[in-house]
Amino acid sequence: MTQHVSPPRGGTGKAAPVDGPPAWRGLLARADVRTLSLLGVLAVLVLIGGITKPDEFLDTRNLQLVLTQASVIGVVTVGMTFVIISGGIDLSVGAIVALASVWATTVATQEYGFFGILFTAIVVGVGCGLVNGVLIAYGAMVPFIATLAMLASARGLALQITDGRTQIVTVEGILDLGERDSYVLGIPPLVLVFAAVTVVGWLVLNRTTFGRRTVAVGGNAEAARLAGIDVRRQRLYLYLLSGLCCGIAAFLLIVLSGSGQNTNGNLYELDAIAAAIIGGTLLSGGRGTIVGSVLGVLIFTTITNIFALNNLQTDVQQIAKGAIIVAAVLVQRRTASTP
Amino acid sequence: MAPEPPLLSMSGITKSFPGVRALDGVDLDVQAGEVHCLLGQNGAGKSTLIKVLAGAHQPDTGTIRWRGEDVTLRSPIAAMRLGIATIYQELDLVEHLSVAENVHLGHEPTTAGFVVRGRAARASTAQLLARLGHPEIDPGRLVGELSAAQQQIVSMARALSHDVRLIVMDEPSAALDPDEVDNLFRIVADLTAEGVAVVYISHRLEEIRRIGDRVTVLKDGRAVAGGLPAKETPTREVVALMTGRNVEYVFPDRPASAPQGEPVLSVRGLSRDGEFAALDLEVRPGEIVGLAGLVGSGRSEILETVYGARKPSTGQVLVDGRPLRPGSVRAAVRAGLGLAPEERKAQALLMLESVTRNVSVSSMSRFARGGWIDRGAELGAARAATRELSLRPDNPSVPVRTLSGGNQQKAVLARWLLRGCRVLLLDEPTRGVDVGARAELYAVIRRLADEGLAVLLVSSEVPEVLGLADRVLVLREGRVVHEAPARELDEHRVLDLVMEGSPAS
Repeated sequence: MTQHVSPPRGGTGKAAPVDGPPAWRGLLARADVRTLSLLGVLAVLVLIGGITKPDEFLDTRNLQLVLTQASVIGVVTVGMTFVIISGGIDLSVGAIVALASVWATTVATQEYGFFGILFTAIVVGVGCGLVNGVLIAYGAMVPFIATLAMLASARGLALQITDGRTQIVTVEGILDLGERDSYVLGIPPLVLVFAAVTVVGWLVLNRTTFGRRTVAVGGNAEAARLAGIDVRRQRLYLYLLSGLCCGIAAFLLIVLSGSGQNTNGNLYELDAIAAAIIGGTLLSGGRGTIVGSVLGVLIFTTITNIFALNNLQTDVQQIAKGAIIVAAVLVQRRTASTP
Repeated sequence: MAPEPPLLSMSGITKSFPGVRALDGVDLDVQAGEVHCLLGQNGAGKSTLIKVLAGAHQPDTGTIRWRGEDVTLRSPIAAMRLGIATIYQELDLVEHLSVAENVHLGHEPTTAGFVVRGRAARASTAQLLARLGHPEIDPGRLVGELSAAQQQIVSMARALSHDVRLIVMDEPSAALDPDEVDNLFRIVADLTAEGVAVVYISHRLEEIRRIGDRVTVLKDGRAVAGGLPAKETPTREVVALMTGRNVEYVFPDRPASAPQGEPVLSVRGLSRDGEFAALDLEVRPGEIVGLAGLVGSGRSEILETVYGARKPSTGQVLVDGRPLRPGSVRAAVRAGLGLAPEERKAQALLMLESVTRNVSVSSMSRFARGGWIDRGAELGAARAATRELSLRPDNPSVPVRTLSGGNQQKAVLARWLLRGCRVLLLDEPTRGVDVGARAELYAVIRRLADEGLAVLLVSSEVPEVLGLADRVLVLREGRVVHEAPARELDEHRVLDLVMEGSPAS
């Protein structure tokens, strides 16, 4: 017999939802353990803040401040999460934020007003991402090296532009965005931008072909290539995306500080990588979540805030952050029992 | 105590992973100086059992007695200290270190406890290699520069560099040529003569008959037969124990008439320097063309070049008469080619992902509008494609890594089925697939061909090529030396052709 007639050929869409739930629920439960533990840590931190400094910490203004501070690094972290899931790394994010923020606040740029600043910040960010992406995807450079080179050059260029001076923003529209009058239902516009980037990032990662390709490239680049995915182009896009996020973050930073400085974004690369890692993203690629990364950012920002309110110095903060990274990774090893 | 206790005695070993009971009360006795063969289909629990024995997995229950005493193998180091060495199928060598450094990795001869005595290490390595019949391997060479067979010898030298009493070999002959297999058997015989026990895992029943003393058969995590005499037990009985069915090589019938029609795939004068030269071939819709040849005859290289994964030095690949852009996988996929590569896990599967995502990865845009994926349609299509191939379990949401080898291969085939591919390139399609599942895969491949697919098949197992293909090209050192319908060839003829004039024989 050669002709085996296969019965279930036409039953395409109809059968789909039948035995979906078990595995789906399993995945949900697993994702939940991770997300819930991060939420738990955040809750404990809020509790500590509330107990040690009940008046200051839970004050609306303070909470607004925490979220605003989280917004800048948060947007950078969303881009970083994509890059890490694809198996890459972007060490240049802090330097790109610095370069974009100073380029967008030069006297010449400020003449073009609000949109001139916004446009410049984004174009500089994407431009740097383009250089990274081309070097990595088509120049076959190791991401670590290519973005390390970008880190050095972008910082250098930022210093050259400013000559070490703080560039004060005089454009009214920008300064207004930082004022309380522009808050929407008590939420600062910066936080809204962060929320929007998070939602879009989640959708792109989980619901689009772009997200799927990112995961495939990070999970097994050779298999992705042999499956017909254009791995190089995908890598290029990912560094463009990271650059775009840096441009947005630079704009947020300009609004937040009313200025552009070449020292902006210092060590953002480490904060963003750390946040992604404690959020459950595999540094080796192939797995990661936007929600986890964002929770990672909120945890770090909350710690910084609590320590500042309690007059603890940055050295102690740094030690605590390091300890949290180690603890988070150890806890995840336990819970994410992958055989 | 009258009788000598067995060297190793495992009893009632169970081991569960999330969703799977890999071992369900397995017993295994191994005597000093014997070759104990471990047989079983993929997923029968062989690899889990040897990992327990190597200290890499901890059993849930059960006891392990070593020379009559209860032991706990907490780590690979603990197992090694007792004298248990394991040679895995995927060799665990460090490519950027030299042969000698690999052999002595972790127990380097040192002066004052930390200064490595390189010369002593090289000398003792050379001795071990000579004992293994491979004095030509230079202990100073980097392991990455060696052939697969030589790497295996290095792995064995590493095992012997310890005071070893039991060696576990996981499919050691899979990557070897016949004369290298002979050498392997000589080594095994030498070892057992010295009183070392060998646990030998292989899919090839004739090997077990040649060197085995006793056989333990695993099926679904249980030992269905323990300590059968390897030489006397009829093959049929062993196969029946493994599969519960009497199948060894069951090939589907070929269609009555040879496929006509214009060739969908044509290869003209395709060459890659140092790998293969001046290859011409055509595959028609409904036809299975097989490439037969030894390791090193350029089989896999040819498939990967046709697929665009390697760039040819000269020559063309045409689909429907139109040339493909050379060296472009994407052009090949767009033209309707699909590859099921030899190394499924490394080259085809996204091991962290579900079956659905592995199946849909090459046709995502079909389920997407503006990049937005319709996940219901995706799941439905993946389910239809996997059902058509009777992939088990019948739930495309499970992670692909939980599937057996045969079902993982079906997931790869489903990927191309879903894509609507017209030419299927199969590189060792049944590698790591158990005997029972093989027959099913053969039937699937034949059915796909009958439905109009053109199939180009590469296999190191001559019976597989002869049984499955319509037409066979015999390769020797990168050149086609003979072409004939499969019916007109037999195994001896093909072996003569591939061996003819080869310098080794």
